[in-house]
Amino acid sequence: MRSETSRTKTIAFDVPGWPGHRAGQHVDVRLTAEDGYQAQRSYSIASASDNARLELTVERLDDGEVSPYLTEELRLGDAIELRGPVGGYFVWDPSAQGSVLLVGGGSGVVPLMAMARQRSADGSTIPTRLLYSARAWEDVIYRDELEQLGQDDGLDVIYTLTRTQPAGWQGYDRRVDRDLLAEVAPAPAELAVAFVCGPTPFVEAVAGALVELGHEPLRVKTERFGPTGG
Amino acid sequence: MPPIISRGFRGRRRDDAPRDRVPPGQYVTDDFPVLSAGPTPHMPLDQWDFTITGEVDTLHRWTWEEFRALPSESVTVDIHCVTKWSKLDTVWEGVSVDTLLERIETSAEYAVAFCDGGYTTNLPLEDLTGGKAWIAFAYDDEPLEPEHGGPARLLVPHLYFWKSAKWVRGLRLAASDEPGFWESNGYHIYGDPWLEQRYWGD
Repeated sequence: MRSETSRTKTIAFDVPGWPGHRAGQHVDVRLTAEDGYQAQRSYSIASASDNARLELTVERLDDGEVSPYLTEELRLGDAIELRGPVGGYFVWDPSAQGSVLLVGGGSGVVPLMAMARQRSADGSTIPTRLLYSARAWEDVIYRDELEQLGQDDGLDVIYTLTRTQPAGWQGYDRRVDRDLLAEVAPAPAELAVAFVCGPTPFVEAVAGALVELGHEPLRVKTERFGPTGG
Repeated sequence: MPPIISRGFRGRRRDDAPRDRVPPGQYVTDDFPVLSAGPTPHMPLDQWDFTITGEVDTLHRWTWEEFRALPSESVTVDIHCVTKWSKLDTVWEGVSVDTLLERIETSAEYAVAFCDGGYTTNLPLEDLTGGKAWIAFAYDDEPLEPEHGGPARLLVPHLYFWKSAKWVRGLRLAASDEPGFWESNGYHIYGDPWLEQRYWGD
């Protein structure tokens, strides 16, 4: 287990018999209390398929039920129930023709990170841009690894910090809007697919703006999570 | 296999959630989370229509005005999303699918709901008839917002909510069951929340 930011933690699981997964898929986590009470939630897989362990990055939601347990109670060596992988739509396609755009808001970056990792593990050269919106530099998950991945051939990592920026910040400093996407996104003719993940208002704004910019709606794949997600 | 006990897990149970109304594996929320696979379509009402096609005597079509002139009803139902949330006592207004099918002759046993944005979902026709399904155009006494499926969505509350297709534009009736969008992407062909039919193999 490792802390990523003050609110997020990555947990690595040994999963005997794990069949592998496609980047972007999720698992269901089921917790059972001693009296039999159960709670289930879905979490995006953060790791690439060939990683030795299955990794989930979980954001602690203060009024959540499962995420506080995973981020604060779970200890090394504990066992939990996982089901998956689940989902066949919001998934990385290693044969994509054209450019891929990944747009993540907050912990919505997690399934996109799985895609960036898979791309790197495959030695893929698919031109890929990851646009990552976070409130502040301290809230950016996977900072060091993203810096490394950003040196890979054909992967650009672009940040926008919407609330506070470190001194001397040269990157974007506002919410993702149409103008920002016009600068960052590939031209509609070049775009193979865009994956957008984050809170609902973020996804609504980004997906809507991409359509306004002329991108084919069916090439814009979204995954949303609400405040009750965890 | 018996469940693994999660040491120290107590959960946040809600005493106000009647157990006989919350299917297994679900939790009750007061919010109305939004889930969809792509951008929200915005269809002008003067271009909207609702059609019933496929195994029918003739294509049936309603403009928005014709659709809204049909008798509608207010329904209060519990809804259950496969992503684990349930919402109790949601209030909708819509046209019963029975009303739309009233004058239609068909031997079909299945239907595919099709939508703006390309989404589809499949259901047995008997799950759409008998007062079990509506084309809803209002939620909580307000016109249905686009992000929740407006101007109109299918409402089939006894199945997982992905069956309640947003931005619905019609039904295609067929003799055989043809998997829709999520049903082709790992989700259960039928989706009964009380049997926890979430995914393939459930």
